[in-house]
Amino acid sequence: MTLDDILREAESAFAAAESLPVLDQVKARFIGKSGAITEQMKTLGTLAPEARKEAGARINQVKDQVEALLKARRDAIQADTLNRQLAAESLDVTLPGRGRGMGGLHPVTRTLQRIEQLFGSIGFEVADGPEIETDFYNFTALNIPEDHPARAMHDTFYLGDGTLLRTHTSPVQVRYMEHQKPPIRIIAPGRVYRVDSDATHSPMFHQVEGLWIDEAISFANLKGVVQNFLQRFFERDDLQVRFRPSFFPFTEPSAEMDMSWGDGWLEIGGCGMVHPNVLANVGIDAERWQGFAFGLGVERLAMLRYGVNDLRHFFENDMRFLKQFA
Amino acid sequence: MQFSEAWLRSLVNPKLDTDQLCHLMTMAGLEVEEAVPVAAAFSHVVVAEILGVERHPNADRLQVCMVDVGAAEPLQIVCGAPNARAGLKTACALVGAELPGNFKIKQAKVRDVASSGMLCSAKELGIAEAAEGIMELPADVEVGKALREYFDLDDKLITIKMTPNRGDCLSIQGIAREVAAISGVAAHPVDCAPVAAELADTLSVVIEAPHACPIYCGRVIRGIDPNAVTPEWMVRRLQRCGVRAIHPVVDVTNYVLLELGEPMHAFDLAKVAGGIQVRTARVGEKLALLNDQTVDLTAGTLVIADDAGAVALAGIMGGAGSAVSDRTTDIFLEAAHFTPEAMAGRARGYSLSTDASHRFERGVDPTLPVHAMERATRLILDICGGQAGPVGAVGGGTARRAPIRFRPERARRLLGMAVTDAEMRATFVRLGLDLEAEGREWQVSSPSFRFDLAIEVDLIEEIARIKGYDNLPAILPAMVANMPGLPERQRARGEFKARLMDLGYQEVVTYSFIDAKQQDMVAPGAEQIALVNPIASQMGVMRGSLMPGMLQTLRHNLNHGQERLRIFELGRCFLGTGSDAQPLRLGGLAHGSASPEQWGEGARAVDFFDIKADLEALLLPTIADFAKAEHPALHPGQCARLSIAGRSAGWLGALHPGLVQQLGLTRAPILFEIDWDVTGTRELPSYMTVSRLPAVRRDIAVVVDAGHAIGTILDTVRARLPATVTEFTAFDMYQGQGIEVGKKSLAFRMLLQHTEKTLTDAEIETAVGQVLDVLAREFAAVLRG
Repeated sequence: MTLDDILREAESAFAAAESLPVLDQVKARFIGKSGAITEQMKTLGTLAPEARKEAGARINQVKDQVEALLKARRDAIQADTLNRQLAAESLDVTLPGRGRGMGGLHPVTRTLQRIEQLFGSIGFEVADGPEIETDFYNFTALNIPEDHPARAMHDTFYLGDGTLLRTHTSPVQVRYMEHQKPPIRIIAPGRVYRVDSDATHSPMFHQVEGLWIDEAISFANLKGVVQNFLQRFFERDDLQVRFRPSFFPFTEPSAEMDMSWGDGWLEIGGCGMVHPNVLANVGIDAERWQGFAFGLGVERLAMLRYGVNDLRHFFENDMRFLKQFA
Repeated sequence: MQFSEAWLRSLVNPKLDTDQLCHLMTMAGLEVEEAVPVAAAFSHVVVAEILGVERHPNADRLQVCMVDVGAAEPLQIVCGAPNARAGLKTACALVGAELPGNFKIKQAKVRDVASSGMLCSAKELGIAEAAEGIMELPADVEVGKALREYFDLDDKLITIKMTPNRGDCLSIQGIAREVAAISGVAAHPVDCAPVAAELADTLSVVIEAPHACPIYCGRVIRGIDPNAVTPEWMVRRLQRCGVRAIHPVVDVTNYVLLELGEPMHAFDLAKVAGGIQVRTARVGEKLALLNDQTVDLTAGTLVIADDAGAVALAGIMGGAGSAVSDRTTDIFLEAAHFTPEAMAGRARGYSLSTDASHRFERGVDPTLPVHAMERATRLILDICGGQAGPVGAVGGGTARRAPIRFRPERARRLLGMAVTDAEMRATFVRLGLDLEAEGREWQVSSPSFRFDLAIEVDLIEEIARIKGYDNLPAILPAMVANMPGLPERQRARGEFKARLMDLGYQEVVTYSFIDAKQQDMVAPGAEQIALVNPIASQMGVMRGSLMPGMLQTLRHNLNHGQERLRIFELGRCFLGTGSDAQPLRLGGLAHGSASPEQWGEGARAVDFFDIKADLEALLLPTIADFAKAEHPALHPGQCARLSIAGRSAGWLGALHPGLVQQLGLTRAPILFEIDWDVTGTRELPSYMTVSRLPAVRRDIAVVVDAGHAIGTILDTVRARLPATVTEFTAFDMYQGQGIEVGKKSLAFRMLLQHTEKTLTDAEIETAVGQVLDVLAREFAAVLRG
C-alpha cells in the first residue's frame, strides 16, 4: 500500500466506524503496533540516509493526517452519542408538575395579615381577647350603661349565664388598658357577633379595632392614620376618606368613616377619640393621656379589595371560592 | 325618623336644594338615609270642575263631559269613570300633560268624539295604590289650580338615621334648630303663644315620684265638636311622617309630638275618676293599653293614675279605658317631663316601643311641656272648637345643669387643630349655649334640650362638628423610633398558617356556633354552652371543638364534587364562658387521595401517618409525643393523643366509623386538633459540635411480639444508647410470610460517630451489641439472620 492508499483507506475505514470501540479497532490497522504506518516506518531502515529523511518526513506527515482524521471521527462519534442520549432523555416539559399541591389562606386572614402588616409598620402591636364576654367589658366599661338606648344598636347574642358574644372588638381595648399603661398602640382583630343574617349581614364577622393612646394623639392624627391606612391598603393615593359626626358612647368626638368608591361613598367603620370615661374606667388619667380608637369591618374591606359580592361566601368554605385567594 | 322636607322648610329654609340640604345634615351627624319624592312626577294636571255630562253616542260605558279647567272655554273630555258627574271637582290632565309611566296626553278622538284631555284617578297620578273612579276634590277648591301645588306634591320624604344621643332632633323643630345652627340661617319659632283660659275647670295633679316626673302640665278642654275632622294639611303632614290620622284630638297630640318633640296625651275627661296621680305601680295592678294589650304592671313602673287606678303607662302609652273616642266632648290634656333615667328600658320591659318612649328615653326638653300645651290647645280649639281651662303645671321642674368647664387649649390639643377662641365662642353662641368665655377656662351651659352635652369633650365635638369634620386636618403623627419587642420563642400564628399552606392545607373559617347534635358527636353528654337567642337551631351552641366545623366543611365540599380536601382552621373553642375557658385551637382535616391526582403516580387514600408527618413538620422544632388514646369522635384503633413536654397538646386520628356512617361518608377523614397554648412557643436553637469524621451506618433487623409499640421500643433504646450512637430510628416494619404469627419484624438504622476519632470495628460491634442487648432484654427481640 502506498501512503496515499493508507490515507484513503483510513479515511473510509474511520468513516465506517459507528462507535468508539469499533473506531479503536480500526485505528490499530493504521497506527497500532502492527499498523500500516508502523509497517511503513519499518521500511525506512532499508533506505539511504538522504532518502530516509525524505521518506520519514513523508510518513510522519501522513501519520499526522491519519491522527487528525481519527480525532475528527472520534469527536463526531462522541457528539452523536451525546445527541442521541439527549434526544432519548428529553421530556415533555409541558406535563404538569407533581407534588402535594399548595393550600391557601382564607380571604379574611389574607386581609387581616395585610392590615397587621400595615399597622405593624408604624408600631402597632396585635392584641387579642375572649369572644364570650361579660356585659361589663362589652358595654359598661365602654360607657354603655344598662338600658342605654345605644345598646339597641347592638343586636347581642346572649348565653344562659348572662355573658354574651362580643358585639365588637372594643372590649379588647379595655382588657389591654387594664394592665398596660400608655403609650399604647394596638390593633385587635377578631370575630364579633350580631343577631343579624342576610346578604349584607352575617351573625359572625370580623372586625379590627385600633387604639392609639399617647399625650398628644389628636383627632387630626386619627384622620391622618385612617386615611393613610386606606390609601395604602387599596394602593390608591387618590382614595378619599370622609369623616361624618356620629355617636358611640365610648368615643367623643365620634365619627363614621366613609371611603370614596365609584361615584359615591361607602361606610367602612366607626371611630373617635377615646371617651374620658373609658380611660377613667381603666385607671388612665384622661387629663394627661388622649388618643383615638377605630373599628373596621374586615369582610367589608376584603369584599371591596377582591370584588366579592356576597358576604355569605366567607363562611360557606366552598373550595371553589377559597382557592381563589391562594 | 321620616319627615316632610316642606314642613322642615316652613321653619328653616336655607337656600339649598334637597341634595345640598341632605348633605349638610349628613355631614353634621344627622345621617340622611334617603330623600324620596312624595309622588311620582307628572305635569299639567289641574283642578277642574265638570260642568255637564252626556252619554257618549257610540259607547254605553263612556260619557262626554264639559269641563272647566279655569280657561276661557270649557273642554270636551270623554271619560269612562262611573263617578264623573256634573258639579264634581276633580283632577284633569291637559293636552300636553305627562303622567307617571311616561304617559303623554294628546288631543284625541274616542269613538269619533273629540277629547281634549283626561280626567284622572289618584292611581293614575301615582298618588294612591288603588282608586275607584276619578278623584273627588272638595267643592271649595279653586278651579285651574295646579294639582301638585294643591296637594303639595313637590315635597320629599327625608329619612334620618338618628343616633341615640340626639333625642333633641326627634322633631321638626329640633331638626330646624340644628339646620339653622349649621347653615347659619335663622329658624322661625313655632307659635306657642298662651291660650287664655275660658273655663276655670282643673284636675288636681299629685306627683308622687318627682325624680321621675319633675313637671306635669294638665289642662281641661270642654265642648269639643265630636264631628270635627282633621284638616287636610295636618293629615298630610302626619302621613308624611309616617303617622296615620285617627281622631282630631289624637292627631293634634301626634302633630305636636312631631313638631316640637313633646309626647302628649289626651284623656277623655268623662272617663277620668277624680284627680291625677303620677306614681309607681302598685302590686298586682293591671292596665289595658290603647293597643288592646293588657299588661301586669311591675313594681317601679311609673304610671299616670286617677282615683280608680292606673290610666296610662307614663311616657309610653295611654290606657284604653280613658282614651278619646268619637263621642268625646271633654278632654284632659297631658304634657309632662319624664327623665331619661326613669324611662330607660321601661318600654322594652313591656316589649313596647312607642314614639313617646323613644323620645323620653333619649331625653326631651324639660321646658317643653308648657309650650307644647299651649300649641296643642290652640290647634284643638281651632279644629274642634271648645273652651280651655287654665294650664295646671305641677312639679318643681328639673334642676339647671351645672355649667361645663371648657378649656380652648384642650380642644385644640384634642382636635389637633388651631381653632381660634373667637371661632369657638361663635360656635357655642350659634348652638344656643350660654357661656362665660374669658381666659383659659370657660364656663359653658348647655341648653335644656341638649342631653348629650354634659362634659368638656362633648363641647369639643360640637366645635369639630360645626367646623365640619371635613375641614379638620389629617396629620400623620410623629413617632419615637423605638423597635417593638419581638420574642423569638413566640411562634406567630401566621407562621403556622404558612406552614400548613405549604403542606397543602386550605384555611377555612367556620361558625363559632354549631348544631347541638354535632357538638354531641365530639363531646357526648358534655354540658353545652347554648345561646339564649340563636339565629337558627343549627347554630344553637358554642363549639367545644373545631371538628364539627371541619366535618361540615367536608360535607359541603363533597356535595360540590371536591373529593380531596386538606383544610385547617385556627379559632377559639368554648369550654365555658369564662375568659380562660376559650382556648385557641388549630384544627385540620384530610380526606381523599394522599396526593392530588397526578400522572405517573398511583392513587392511595390518605392515612393516619400522612397527617402525622404533616403535624410533625408543622410543629418542628418542637417534637410531640403521640400516644395511643381514645377520643369519642375518633377511631379507637387509629387515634393518638399529642403531648409536648408532658402537657396534653391535642388529638390526631381517623373519624370514628360510627360517625362516618352517621354523616353518610364513604371513607373516614383524618382529623387533628391541637392546642395553640401548648404549641405556640418553641425553643431557640442550641449549638452542638459537628464532627468532621464520617458517620458509620449499621442496620439491624429483629423480630418481636406484634404487641410492642415502636414508639416504646425507640424511647427505651434511645434512653440507653451508647455514647457513640448518634441516631437510632426505625425504617421498616413487616408482618407476614416468613414471620411467625403474632410477631413482627422491625428494621432499625443506627448512625455511629465519635466527634474526635474514627471508630474501630471493635468499637462499632460493641455499640451494636449493646443496643441488641437492650432489645433482647426489654422486648425479647431476636436478631434476624
